[in-house]
Parts: sequence; C-alpha cells; structure tokens
Amino acid sequence: MTDKTMTPDEVVGRLRSGMTLGIGGWGSRRKPMALVRALLRSEITDLTVVAYGGPDVGLLAAAGRIRRLVAPFATLDSIPLEPHFRAARERAAFALTELDEAMFMWGLHAAANRLPFLPVRAGLGSDVMRVNPELRTVTSPYADGEEFVAVPALRMDAALVHLNRADRLGNGQYLGPDPYFDDLFCEAADTAYVSCEQLVESAEFAKAGPPQSLLVSRHSVTGVVETPNGAHFTSCAPDYERDEAFQKLYATTPWPEFRARFLSGGSEHAYQSAVRTWHEEQQ
Amino acid sequence: MTTATATRAEYCVIACAEAWRGDGEVLASPMGLVPSLGARLAKRTFSPDLLLTDGEALLVGLDGTVEGWLPYRRHLAMVTGGRRHVMMGASQIDRFGNQNISCIGPWEQPSRQLLGVRGAPVNTLNNPVSYWVPRHSRRVFVERVDMVSGVGHDRAAAAGPAATRYHRLPRVVSDLGVFDFAGPGRSMRLASVHPGVTVEQVREATGFVLATDGEVPYTREPTGEELRLIREVIDPKGLRDREVRG
Repeated sequence: MTDKTMTPDEVVGRLRSGMTLGIGGWGSRRKPMALVRALLRSEITDLTVVAYGGPDVGLLAAAGRIRRLVAPFATLDSIPLEPHFRAARERAAFALTELDEAMFMWGLHAAANRLPFLPVRAGLGSDVMRVNPELRTVTSPYADGEEFVAVPALRMDAALVHLNRADRLGNGQYLGPDPYFDDLFCEAADTAYVSCEQLVESAEFAKAGPPQSLLVSRHSVTGVVETPNGAHFTSCAPDYERDEAFQKLYATTPWPEFRARFLSGGSEHAYQSAVRTWHEEQQ
Repeated sequence: MTTATATRAEYCVIACAEAWRGDGEVLASPMGLVPSLGARLAKRTFSPDLLLTDGEALLVGLDGTVEGWLPYRRHLAMVTGGRRHVMMGASQIDRFGNQNISCIGPWEQPSRQLLGVRGAPVNTLNNPVSYWVPRHSRRVFVERVDMVSGVGHDRAAAAGPAATRYHRLPRVVSDLGVFDFAGPGRSMRLASVHPGVTVEQVREATGFVLATDGEVPYTREPTGEELRLIREVIDPKGLRDREVRG
C-alpha cells in the first residue's frame, strides 16, 4: 500500500499560484493551520480560497495571497469579527463570492457528486443574488414548479483539512463533536491533504473511536502530514481547545509585528517554539 | 417577590422567551445572551418541548444532559426542514424585516466589513426567524439595509412562491419594545413598549416610519416565578444587565 506521508513543505510544493484551494474546519475550529503556515512560507499567491472562514482566511488575506474568496463568513468565533479579513475587505484587496452557509454546503456536495449544481431554497430574495450576478435559478420539473437557486459546484484543485488521527494511507479520524465538512472538501477537490495531530497505525483507529469517526477515506486523500498542535490556535477537540489568549494576541497585534515574531522562523517547529516562548512570558 | 421591580433586561428576556411560545418540538436557536436566557426561560415554563443546543454540536437538556447530535451539516437540515425557530442579531433591519449582518456601506468595498451573510438567507426562507437588537437606534432600524442577508417580506414576495412558502418573521425584540409585521404591507409595527419606554422614544430611535395600532400596550409583566427563575436559576450572575442597561 502507498505511504502518503509528507511534510507541510512537501504539501505546499505540490500547490501552485492561481489554484483554487479549499480549507476545511469552520470559523476558528479545526483549521489546518500548520499547512496554512507552510503556505505563508512559500511564494504561492493569487489563490481562490474556498472556506467557512476563520484565521486561515485572515492570515492569507493579511499576507496578500488571496485573489478571490468564496465564503459565507469569516469569524474567530469567540472574537466575532476576523480583523485581517475585515481590513482586506475594506481596502477591496480581493474579490469575494459571498454565499449563504447552506448554499456553500450544497456547492461542496455538488462538487463531490460531480454535478454542475444543486438546487437550494436559499439565496432567493437576498442580496447574495445581487452581488453574485453569475448565480442562476432553476425551476422544478415537477408539479410544484418552484424556482430555486442552482448553486454551482465548488470544485477545487486542492483541499487542506486537519483531523485528530490519520494513518499513512490517508484515512482520517475525527474525535471531536463535529465533522464540519472536511470529508466533502476532500471529495470535492482534485487533490486533498490531511494534516493530523497524530499519525497512527490503522489498527489504532478502533481504540480511539467508533467506525463513524472515520470521516475521511484514503481514496480521496493525496497526502498525509503529522503536525502535532497543527490546528493551533484554533480548536481541535478533544486534543485541545482554542488558544484564546494567543488568538486575542493575533487579533490585536499589527500584522507585520505578528508575522515577524511568529511566522518568520522558517518552519512549523519554529512557530510552535515562538508560541511556547510567548506563553512563558505571559506567566 | 414583586413584579414591579423587573428591570429592562428582564422585560427583554420575557419578550424574547415569548417568541418561542407555542412552537412545540422545534430547535430554539438563540444568538446572543438575552435570547439565550429567553429560550431557557421558555423551555422551563411554557414551551417545555423546545430543543436546545450546547452552542456546539450537541442537543442538550436544561441540566446539560445530552439528548442528541447536531453538527453543522445536520443543523442545516433542521433549518430547511423547518423544525427550528432562530432569533438572530441584526446590524441593520428595515421596515419589512430585511436584515443585514454582512457589511456596512457598498458591498464592493465596505466601510465596515462585518460577519458575512452567514446562514441568514437560508434561515429566512425556511424556518421562523425573529430578531434581537440590544441597542435600538437609527443606525440599526434603517430605511434601507446595505446588504440584504435575512430576507424581509417585500423581498420574499418579489422573489416568488419558493421564497414565501416557508417565510415567517414572528417578531423583533429590542431594548425598547417588541415589534411584529402587522403594519401596512406587512411592515414593522410597534406591538408593545417595555415599561419605562414611551412610543415617542421608540419613534425617535427608529429610522423609518413605524406603524402602530391605537394605544400601544406595555410588554407583559413577568410572573413572580419567572423573575425568580431568571434571577436565581437562569442568570444568577446578572449577565443580562451587561447586554441591556436601564
């Protein structure tokens, strides 16, 4: 069987400027932050980012890597407004395809099912239709004759997701309460990269959780990366909660200062070490 | 305990709780503190069948007992299945109930980027949506919202039967009063003012012409038991007074 393990930098080595990139998780929860940080260390730019947005979007926006964002929101959850996303929007730094949360989900389903669109009862009457003039409607072919929004498939070149456990073949297990949409992201993308808290033997999965916790299957995964604390500072329940103190620092520190202190070290290890030092200083 | 001593925040909790009266076995989705207290009060008293979440992916009883699983993907199915009544916030709301939480100013380059539309478009077309505004002002109650996130009556009607079929906006609660859409052309009507507030005060704080029918009643008084529950069981730390002053 194929061993799909790689490093964060090897994942980024397979990505290119101009790609459409899906990022799993939701808000400031279980975001593949180690992979996002690896992306920030690269020269890759001009991305179309597809996400239920959190600090992944904020970081990439602050670094000027986004050409278009496809999202229903960007939030840090405990801090409702994502400061770098806001700042980027307020200077019109990237194009936005603003969709409703359900429209976004059905766009993922359509892509995963190789359909051009799926009909939804959402979007009609809202300004989502005004700001996305490319959106079309579709009429039910049945007796009701109702008109729905035809959400186009959110097909992606690559998806990045973070899970609690994975094996070397690309099977991924989530142990928290919510799968979010990570399996759909993987299935909706041409290539998918799973980072995980811990790489385990396949036989270990059954000890950690029931079969339905095996969220992502290897046939939809290209590469696997072990990145302990790799969702930091977002939450990765039950392995760890959100690092609220650090998130607050992120939200209140000028971008150049934050980048210089935490993202200029050249590796994920350097980032984790800089975070540890910061926490020690706070005590 | 006498009900004459109820605070403005407590009237707001009562007014929010009333939104879920008679809803039966549906998910109460409160956004914000006072609606959360209201949902819990409703479940403890007159709407015991309501479902509540832990704010993450679990359905829980009042004591935190887990009774179900509701991750986001199932939550969205609950929305479109209609078995949910959400009380959302509103950065702007107009007389027909169009709501905005996305951005202020031109969408192409907003003067203030907010959350994004989130689930407001799907919510408003599929399950009852009420709104909570902790500080009633002309900046929130506007003639026209900058980005229609939650769909109001005029916009739903213009979008056709698929939009109006399950569209329902039961009420808006602010720190000044309770509003419904029984005004002309399904526009916003002042249904009650909280004790201590005048109709003139509400008109002054509203950026559009507000409908009224005759004499505007006061928001109902909490019962002694309701006040006890709010003060001793549901919000013993008095967090409600931070969201609503006066």
